Parts: sequence; C-alpha cells; structure tokens
Amino acid sequence: MSKPIITLKHVYKNYGDTNVLHDINMTLEAGKFYTLLGPSGSGKTTILRTIGGFVTPSSGDVLFDGQRINDLPANKRQVNTIFQDYALFPHMDVYDNVAFGLTIRKTPKEVIEKKVLRALKLVQLSGYEDRSISELSGGQQQRVAIARALVNEPQVLLLDEALSALDMKLRKEMQVELRDLQQRLGITFLFVTHDQEEALAMSDEIFVMDDGKILQSGTPVDIYDEPVNHFVANFIGESNIVPGKMLSDYRVEFVNKVFECADAGMKPDENVEVVLRPEDLDIVAPDAGKLVVTIDTQLFRGDYYEVIAYDDDHNEWLIHSTNPTKDDQRVGLFFEPEDIHVMRYGESEQAFDARLETYED
Amino acid sequence: MKRKQVLFEMPYFFWLAFFVIAPILLIAYQSFFNIRGQFTLGNYATYFTSATYLRMTLNSVWYAFLITLFTLLISYPTAYFLHYTKHKQLWLLLIILPTWINLLLKAYAFIGIFSQDGSVNQFLTFIGIGPQQILFTDASFLFVATYIQIPFMILPIFNAIEDLQPSYINASRDLGANNWQTFTRIIFPMTMSGVKAGVQAVFIPSLSLFMLTRLIGGNRVITLGTAIEEHFLVTMNWGMGSTIGVVLIIAMFIIMSLTGEHKKKGRKHND
Ligand SMILES: Nc1ncnc2c1ncn2[C@@H]1O[C@H](COP(=O)(O)OP(=O)(O)OP(=O)(O)O)[C@@H](O)[C@H]1O
Ligand SMILES: [Mg+2]
Repeated sequence: MSKPIITLKHVYKNYGDTNVLHDINMTLEAGKFYTLLGPSGSGKTTILRTIGGFVTPSSGDVLFDGQRINDLPANKRQVNTIFQDYALFPHMDVYDNVAFGLTIRKTPKEVIEKKVLRALKLVQLSGYEDRSISELSGGQQQRVAIARALVNEPQVLLLDEALSALDMKLRKEMQVELRDLQQRLGITFLFVTHDQEEALAMSDEIFVMDDGKILQSGTPVDIYDEPVNHFVANFIGESNIVPGKMLSDYRVEFVNKVFECADAGMKPDENVEVVLRPEDLDIVAPDAGKLVVTIDTQLFRGDYYEVIAYDDDHNEWLIHSTNPTKDDQRVGLFFEPEDIHVMRYGESEQAFDARLETYED
Repeated sequence: MKRKQVLFEMPYFFWLAFFVIAPILLIAYQSFFNIRGQFTLGNYATYFTSATYLRMTLNSVWYAFLITLFTLLISYPTAYFLHYTKHKQLWLLLIILPTWINLLLKAYAFIGIFSQDGSVNQFLTFIGIGPQQILFTDASFLFVATYIQIPFMILPIFNAIEDLQPSYINASRDLGANNWQTFTRIIFPMTMSGVKAGVQAVFIPSLSLFMLTRLIGGNRVITLGTAIEEHFLVTMNWGMGSTIGVVLIIAMFIIMSLTGEHKKKGRKHND
C-alpha cells in the first residue's frame, strides 16, 4: 500500500442546522483515480471544497501528506480544482486562462508557452489560444478548465463533473485521455460524477455517497458485485431487488422458492433483500430455468435487449439479453448461485466487511 | 402585434425627440450666431484661439479629472468592503441618502462648516493651530465636489462587485493567487465595467460644475460650466454659451467612447 496523500478523518460539515457532511472518512493514496458517486445534493462538491480549501469542516481533520491542513488557505494547497461551473475568467482569452497558475508562480515565459500549448493540445483545443471565453461552446469551456488545472501539474486534482458537458464520443475520448494522463503523471484524481458508467470505467476506487454519508467504498467490481444495501445496488447499475429470507448459510428463499447462494453469516430465517443483476439472468427453455416468467416488453438498447418479464407472482424481472425474444412468450430464467447477492437490512459497510471476513477463505 | 409595439414606443420617441434631440440641435444651431443674431463661425474661432477659453477648458478637465480620481480612490475600497459587511443594504441607503438633498443646501451647509468661525476652524483653534482660510480654496472645492460625487461612483462599482461570482475568486485562489493577486488580476478587471460607469457618471458632470465653483471655490476656479452660466445669464451671448455647450457635448462623447466596451485586439501566440 502506497502512502496516503489525502486523508479525511471524521469530517462533519453543518450549515446552520443542516448537516451536509456526516462523519466522512476517506483515504486517498498517491497516484490513484478515485470517484465520488452520488445523487444531486449528496455532498460531493462539499467534499471537494473541503479538500480544495473553500469549506472549513465543522469538525474533523483534513490531512495532506500527513499534515493537518484544515487552516491552510486554498492558494497554499498543492491541489487544483476543475469547478462544476468551470469559473473561467471571462476577461482573459483561452491562453491567459490556462497560463494563469503558471504566471502566478512566476514561471519563465517560454516555459509557460510550451506548457500551455501542450495542455491545449491534450484537450484538443490547439489553435484556440486567442479565443475569448464567451466564444467557446460549453464543452470547449469545460476542456479549457481541464487544461487550466492540469497545466500546474498538481499532486491532487479535484474534478467536479468535469466531463458532464461533453457529447458521448468526446466524453469517451476524454475519459481515456484523463485516465491515461493520470497514470502517466501519477497525479491523484478525485473525480465527481453522477454517471455510474463513467465511475465504473475510470476508477481505481469508488465512494458511493448519499445524504452526506459515504455508504460504501471499494473497487468498481466490489461495489458492483457486492453492494451493501438497496441504495447502492440501485445506484450502481441496474438490478432486480426482491425481498427474501435467509433460511441458513448458503440457502435463501425468495419468490416462494429456495435457492442455493454464496452468502452466509446471518441469523437463521433473517429477512433480507436479494439482488440479481439483469445481465446475470439467462433466458432458457422453461423447464431448464430456475424461474419461469412471461415476457412483457423488450427494448432494443444497441448492444443488448432490455427485456421486462413477470413471474407468476407478478414480480417484475429485468433481463439483459443479447438475443431478441417474443412478447408474451413463457421462458425460463437461469442463474448461478454466485449471481445471487444477499443484503441485510441496515447493515453498515464495516459490519458487511467484517461478516465477509468470517466465511470467505 | 407590430402596431402595438409602435404604440408602446411612442412616448419614448417623443421624449427623445423633444427633450434630447431638439435641445442638442438648438444648441448646435445657436452656436452659429453671434450676439447680434448674424450667422457666423466666429464663436468657434474665438473659442479655439482665445487663451482664456483654452485655459478654462484645461482647467475644467483638470479639476474634473482630480474630482473623478479622488472619488474613485475613495469609492472603490468603500464599495469593496461594503460588499463584505453584514447590513450592506442599510449602509448603502446611508450612502445614497445625501443625494436626496438639494445640491444648494449641501453647498450652504459646507459654507457653514468651512467658514471663518465654522466647526472646522473651531476645532483647529481648539487644538492650537488657529483658524485657517478654508472656504474659497481649491482644496475645499475639490473636497466638496468629491463628497457630492461619491455616491454616483460607489453605486455602479458596488453593483459590479455584487455581480461578481465568488467562484471566480475561488478559482483564482485555487490556482495559487494570494489575496492581492486575486484582487489585481481578477476582481478589479472584472469590476471594471462598474468603474467605467462610475467615471462616466462623475467626470462629465464635473466638467460643468458651476454652483460649487462660486459658493465653495469663490470663483477662483472657473470651469466651462461657470462660463456657460455667465454667457447665458449675464453677458447674454447665447451663441458663445452654446458653442461651449457643443464642446462639452463632444467631450462627453469622447469620454463615453474612451470608457465604453472595446473590441479586444487579438494577441498572437506563437506555436
Ligand atoms: N453554502 C451553503 N449553505 C447551505 N447549504 C449548502 C451550502 N452549500 C451546499 N449546501 C447544501 O449541501 C448539500 C450538498 O451540496 P453539494 O453541492 O455538496 O451537493 P452535490 O453532491 O455536489 O450535488 P450536485 O450533484 O447537484 O452537484 C445540498 O443539500 C446543498 O443544498
Ligand atoms: Mg456538485
């Protein structure tokens, strides 16, 4: 484990009576790509502002390289931010915007010029040096904001929805560019997004937030495969969530049937929720399936068909299928025991991790 | 639809025609007649060749410049700190309040304060300096004129600072700029529109101040405003008065174009 560059310890933030951040604990290791994922208003920007130096926590500590920086002003922090509203200076042209940080640090003119032009090339804006900000499209402004932060080669870069204004193609390209750049320069990225696909694609580690709390953190695969609760399961990817009962270790009952599963460590007959990912459900002949359902509708999504079906108890099932099906057809659904993920009600991430320890390997 | 729009615009056009365009045309017309009512270019010839008028013009510009400068130096910091105070609306009201009082009343109040046995001289006597001649000096004229113009400078600057989004300041600090650098490179340039509006609102009226030049300046300072008043009310040389008026109007357009929005000249960056 490399050493942490940013650590948040029990950080709370209140505005008057409203609690915006609740006991935030985070450790960011140098050179990794982290993502904060959560719905609007969950406190993502507030966390970035706390690290950037624009919000002082009501309690708790912010550490940079082991040093407490709660009281260090923003201009003394080796952190740069790409703001959600870009905040490009309208009275300067693109070149001067990007050069701003370097000028402040009294970098020689030739060096500034070389770095600025390189940064603009990176964000595919070569030739736009003399443009004024008002003459740029939203996506171009966003890329200038990225260049303006990157050119300073900060140790930590905070990106507040830095790709949200770009079209799909450019967005995918910039995702690859950013990821590549982050790995090449070894900068620690803390990236905020609403977009779970973006989070899964780019991150070494994801923090899922809701309502000022971090609900779960882990690698994209961990979070996708083993969400700790209903909220995380729903927020990351699509899922079928049904109520069930844990009969004993490795045996769970839902939709009035008993299934073998890979989860354990719960009380006998405990009420639980069961998650089945749509892409883990295979459509088979009715007698070969573990469940029998009737197809209701299907939508073509480009690389798969999104099928909605109902079982005989009127539970809805979402299935991602590579092949088309016929409406009103009765089919079987097949899945492996490992595809069943069982979640306890109200289990915290720590308790979840501890329980996993008791029976895995 | 179209007719309705025209109807709404009518009052505005009439206003513009009768109270803005007509007077300007009349002044321009008047300026081509001499005191006996004969058509002439002599007024302009007199204006541009007479040392008295040229000195008066320079004088006016110089005093207006000083007044604008002092007003700006006081108003910018005031507006800036006002932005960060708690009860800014109340403070703003206190600053605007004096503008509701008639200029003459304010001038007479200052005569009382600055006179031989006014409160300032009483204070100077009290601390042992003794009474001074304050009234009828350049300094007192500049002081009172600045005092009167301050609200007209503070308001536009204050509005410009209020309109400035805090995220620009955050971005500047994020990129390493300290308070002073943030002020000089971001806050001041971005509130320049307010400064320009303030300069327009102060400089042009200051060119033609005439009441204060008499009451506070004791006619030691003679500006174009004083000259116009003199020609219209005393010597009855309306033609000459109008000529000076035309010069003032042209000066106004020059100031407007100097402080207006400029198309930015593109700078070349080598690649
Ligand atoms: N200065 C403030 N005063 C009071 N409440 C605030 C302030 N700043 C933020 N909040 C509140 O804090 C909560 C979290 O805000 P934050 O901007 O961190 O959300 P976010 O996760 O970034 O949302 P989004 O995805 O919409 O950008 C919101 O409910 C917001 O209303
Ligand atoms: Mg936000």
